[in-house]
Amino acid sequence: MIEIRNVTKAFGGTRAVSDCSISLEGLTITGLIGPNGSGKTTLFNLITGLLKPDSGEIRFLGKRIDGRLPHEMARLGLIRTFQLSRVFPRMTVLENMLLAPQGQTGERLLSLWFRLPRIRNEESDNRERAFELLDLLGLMRLHDQFAENLSYGQQKLLELGRALMAKPRMILLDEPTAGINPTLIRTMIEMILKMRDRGQVFFIIEHNMDVVIEVCEKVFVLDHGEKIAEGRPEEIQRDPRVIEAYLGC
Amino acid sequence: MDLLLHLAVVVAIYSIFALSLNVEIGYTGLFNFGHVAFFAIGAYTSALLTLSGAPFAVGLLAGLAAAGVCGYLLSIPALKLQGDYFGIATLGFGEILRMVVSNEVWLTKGPMGLPGIPRPEILGFIFDTLPAYLALSACMALTTFAILAFVVLSPFGRALKAVRDDETAAEILGKNALRFKIKSFVIGSTFAGLAGVLWAHYTTFISPGDFTLTETILVLLIVVMGGKGTLPGPVLGAVALIFFQESVRFLRLPPEWTRLLGPLQQMVFGLLLVVLMVFRPEGIIRERGGRHGD
Ligand SMILES: Nc1ncnc2c1ncn2[C@@H]1O[C@H](COP(=O)(O)OP(=O)(O)OP(=O)(O)O)[C@@H](O)[C@H]1O
Ligand SMILES: [Mg+2]
Repeated sequence: MIEIRNVTKAFGGTRAVSDCSISLEGLTITGLIGPNGSGKTTLFNLITGLLKPDSGEIRFLGKRIDGRLPHEMARLGLIRTFQLSRVFPRMTVLENMLLAPQGQTGERLLSLWFRLPRIRNEESDNRERAFELLDLLGLMRLHDQFAENLSYGQQKLLELGRALMAKPRMILLDEPTAGINPTLIRTMIEMILKMRDRGQVFFIIEHNMDVVIEVCEKVFVLDHGEKIAEGRPEEIQRDPRVIEAYLGC
Repeated sequence: MDLLLHLAVVVAIYSIFALSLNVEIGYTGLFNFGHVAFFAIGAYTSALLTLSGAPFAVGLLAGLAAAGVCGYLLSIPALKLQGDYFGIATLGFGEILRMVVSNEVWLTKGPMGLPGIPRPEILGFIFDTLPAYLALSACMALTTFAILAFVVLSPFGRALKAVRDDETAAEILGKNALRFKIKSFVIGSTFAGLAGVLWAHYTTFISPGDFTLTETILVLLIVVMGGKGTLPGPVLGAVALIFFQESVRFLRLPPEWTRLLGPLQQMVFGLLLVVLMVFRPEGIIRERGGRHGD
């Protein structure tokens, strides 16, 4: 689905991503691991249009996407979450969810006046779906709270829910379980697996190896911006280069 | 009684002015420090047209259109600037516009101002008494409230709030932040134009001195004090501040005091704005969404 070819991105002298090639073809949940500062988030930024690669190309469903604007990526079906969650703090949990569906008629200023019935239908469908997801995420009773009132872990769950609301072809999660308590980690994993069973495709940056082993079908390993290994999670764990990268940093 | 009616008219006009700014500041996070410019564009456009014989309806629509188009033209370069620089650009625009109005004497009569602006006439009815003018401006204020409420409560308004809260996250969710901001700015400018039109035909005399930074600060204060990002906030703020401002004017004070009053009031308003922004940015009314900070 995503095809990354020889992508390089440098900040000043440091190569955050270096001649990296990764193919996510026919995979449902792919992991991306590596020591701190190995370029994982930078790679996500390159895929989602927040950064432009210095060289190389990125394709999504066959189309070149590197260098496009972030809001175009979402329209193409690529949604991400952030390492430090970025919910909309002064909007309610429900509003955060309802914002995500793509191509809403009611977001076009002219349509507002002429297509009210259609907008009402879309809203009520989205609302129904939002409540279903909030229920699964255990956020139902918080739906009319401002997102800033949620705990950090709840915000990360909301971010996942919001990504799902967009019905993207692929969701990129940047450390979904980092910094949240074990109960919420469980909720997060159950949710990811449930959505995978419904056909949702994920690309996940994850530090917690237990989580990686539980959910990922295949894992790519970055070190100093270079891809040093790829394979099934259990194989990766035994790979001497990977062990060295983690111990050596 | 006339004083009350007069206050009510001013409140209605300033409610429109503040409601329009609230779309930008409260719902989109655009700190526009030149909002008075669009009020002035509306006022001058309608005044000049009606003074040269056009009917009020034409002046009104042209005033709205001129303010909206100018808003569009300013927003494209200004919104490319980040944060504070956007504020400075709008501030600059407000001042430049006032200078243009002062200097283009052939069109605006410059600092002399435009006297004798006709009272509105719609379908043969002339709004030349205080109660009639109040009915007209209250109607316009209600319509403005209804339209802007409909807009900000719609999915479009929701997207504006997302852009306000976190532009990057909104982009990642497929919202073209720049386009939403431009639209918000155009809506805000257009309705500021409406307030300006009503002002011009109410006072029947306008001059560049009516459209200074003081007016921008007043309307900012109305929005921030009333509660930005809420629907009734700007109206409430307008009631409170206009009553305060105009009532001071009618106190029987010795003349040497009244000379000081204008500058003093400006200082107080400026200070109040800063204090509010720092200590109670949510204003009198809070946005809904429950507990804050716990
Ligand atoms: N915007 C930026 N400007 C300058 N340097 C950056 C920028 N973003 C990332 N870097 C640098 O690029 C390198 C890779 O950072 P990145 O955030 O991609 O690492 P990461 O693998 O996500 O690490 P972590 O596990 O800590 O999240 C780091 O050395 C970082 O300091
Ligand atoms: Mg990272």
